[in-house]
Amino acid sequence: MNDVLLDIRDLRVTYTTEEGLVVAVDDLNLQLRRGETLGLVGETGAGKTTTALSIMQLVPSPPGRIETGEIFFDGEDLRRKRLEDIRNVRGNRISMIFQDPMTSLNPVLTVGFQIEEAIMLHQRLSQRQAGRKARDMLKLVGIPEGRAGDYPHEFSGGMRQRVGIAMALSCNPELLIADEPTTALDVTIQAQVLELMRRLRSEFGTSMLLITHDLGVVAEACDSVAIMYAGAAVETADTERLFTNPRHPYTRGLFGSIPSLDEDVPRLSPIKGIMPDPTELPTGCRFHPRCPAATGICAERTPVMVAVEEGHEVDCMIYEGLVPEARIGEKED
Amino acid sequence: MQPNDTAAGGVKREEKQDPLLEVRNLKKFFNTKQGSLKAVNDISFSVRRGETLGIVGESGCGKSTAGRALLRLVEPTAGEVIFEGENITTFKRDRVRAFRRDAQIIFQDPFASLDPRLSISEIIGEPYEIFSLYSKAERFERVQNLMSLVGLSTKLTNSFPHELDGGRRQRVGVARALALDPKFVVCDEPVSALDVSIQAQILNLIQDLQDRLHLTYVFISHDLSVVRHLSDRVAVMYLGKIVEITTYHNIFTRPRHPYTQALLSAIPIPKVNAKRERLILEGDVPSPVNPPKGCIFSGRCPYVMDKCREAPPALISTEEEHYTACYLVHDQADPVAEE
Repeated sequence: MNDVLLDIRDLRVTYTTEEGLVVAVDDLNLQLRRGETLGLVGETGAGKTTTALSIMQLVPSPPGRIETGEIFFDGEDLRRKRLEDIRNVRGNRISMIFQDPMTSLNPVLTVGFQIEEAIMLHQRLSQRQAGRKARDMLKLVGIPEGRAGDYPHEFSGGMRQRVGIAMALSCNPELLIADEPTTALDVTIQAQVLELMRRLRSEFGTSMLLITHDLGVVAEACDSVAIMYAGAAVETADTERLFTNPRHPYTRGLFGSIPSLDEDVPRLSPIKGIMPDPTELPTGCRFHPRCPAATGICAERTPVMVAVEEGHEVDCMIYEGLVPEARIGEKED
Repeated sequence: MQPNDTAAGGVKREEKQDPLLEVRNLKKFFNTKQGSLKAVNDISFSVRRGETLGIVGESGCGKSTAGRALLRLVEPTAGEVIFEGENITTFKRDRVRAFRRDAQIIFQDPFASLDPRLSISEIIGEPYEIFSLYSKAERFERVQNLMSLVGLSTKLTNSFPHELDGGRRQRVGVARALALDPKFVVCDEPVSALDVSIQAQILNLIQDLQDRLHLTYVFISHDLSVVRHLSDRVAVMYLGKIVEITTYHNIFTRPRHPYTQALLSAIPIPKVNAKRERLILEGDVPSPVNPPKGCIFSGRCPYVMDKCREAPPALISTEEEHYTACYLVHDQADPVAEE
């Protein structure tokens, strides 16, 4: 059991809005093993970022509220911790890299100071020592230490994201949450940043939750994957199994939607319809209105996560034997 | 709908040899505090009738500015854009207006490109108003037809943009671009703002419309997979210049320019054990205000030679249907293949 660093059980997070109650995360179960990189994949509104904020206990409240569930980190439920204890975890044992390197740094403070600040907050070091460490961290991510006195606007997007990584790793966290860390970057810069993250992870042995919408990034960087749809995980497996044999109709639909770089596919096979309204999630299986395999029962009964093979779980009634496996991936506009 | 016959090598419908659009030495410079920013710096290419020419490149490479200059949405600094035999860069206002009936654009951001105070039918029908075309009843009819053409429920006729999701908004943008029956459409990152499942729907729509309406596209994107999927030929831009143009097939199987090779190798492929040579570029793209003197890629190129730093290589034919701006490739090119 000690093997599992992060264990999320039955998490439900809602936001109260003018349009009604938005269920951002509903009944989410997720495990991350020590030393592993777990990819959390989904489209806009799947609940990926809310999941990350829940782990950090940073869900803005109000309007957000963690209604139910447990988030065990290293055996302790983060939801039961007092604020001081959470502060001791946040940025120290769990840290986060944000999507937008332009807005996640403070524009009026030098990057060196911002990293130093994180170090001073969590480690018993003098300002001199912290400053030294900040410069070392910058060097580690490939930024000359002489630039510690520069402000964020003096760096390019890729370099700012390196600063974010340096800051996140400065306290040697056990868990790193990276929320779309390369989405705002150009592809050649993304390759540099992914390479850097890979190198640092193996050097520090950090476990990572990598949030992304890009299956290519997952294939490259993750050991295992959880596919999220409308607030819940619909399929979890190790990366190889999920990519060679995707089972959930939504996962298959995602693969059918991506243009290929190395194969000639004359026409894509998109998923029909649009993401459901989060204030009015469909009954039964949340994916049923868009699912090519859906039958009557899918609108009525909520599927139960079943293991189709060891370490590969799918939230779909096809695998409970209740729905025939129809032709999935039929073209649909 | 039957899948296109896009077997390896690509379809070459005979009409595709005839150029609809020719671009010669196009330049667009912007004046900035730091000096002249060379967004598009001397590019030449042609677009054949009925084909899709993809333009791919990273942010700041000039691809969107090039797309806009083709339609004179930005005024070119120098160069010619020949559309059906006429140089549109010399057109006066009236003729530019007339030209816009033939040449349209689909914008990237379906949230910013639609007027929030107009209903869907007003947005799609606005081109008719601008050109004083058709009676009210005819306009209504045409708008309804366009809506069903792009897969929008006619129930949305009186809805407003904010009531629609990104995919539907982009369908509105497509319908508006097609209202005047253009021959040529510039698609400027039309799917970049959309989620993958919606992106695929719009890509299929853009593809189907080309077949049905015999459209010619310039398709601009930062995503090489998307560009390759839709294009007959692909141009790769870097820092205001085209570094390579070839067929969608060659661009993946035999990329010649080191930048194209680096770009391809940087794209994460959604497959496990995708075995590839990694070519990770050092550093960032230099400033277009002060581009390198010789080859624009010389500062980051792993194969840089002395002459690369002296004068820029020309974009010349190095194989059949394959143009490359790189001395290394020029030196290796089979002299027979060169014209």
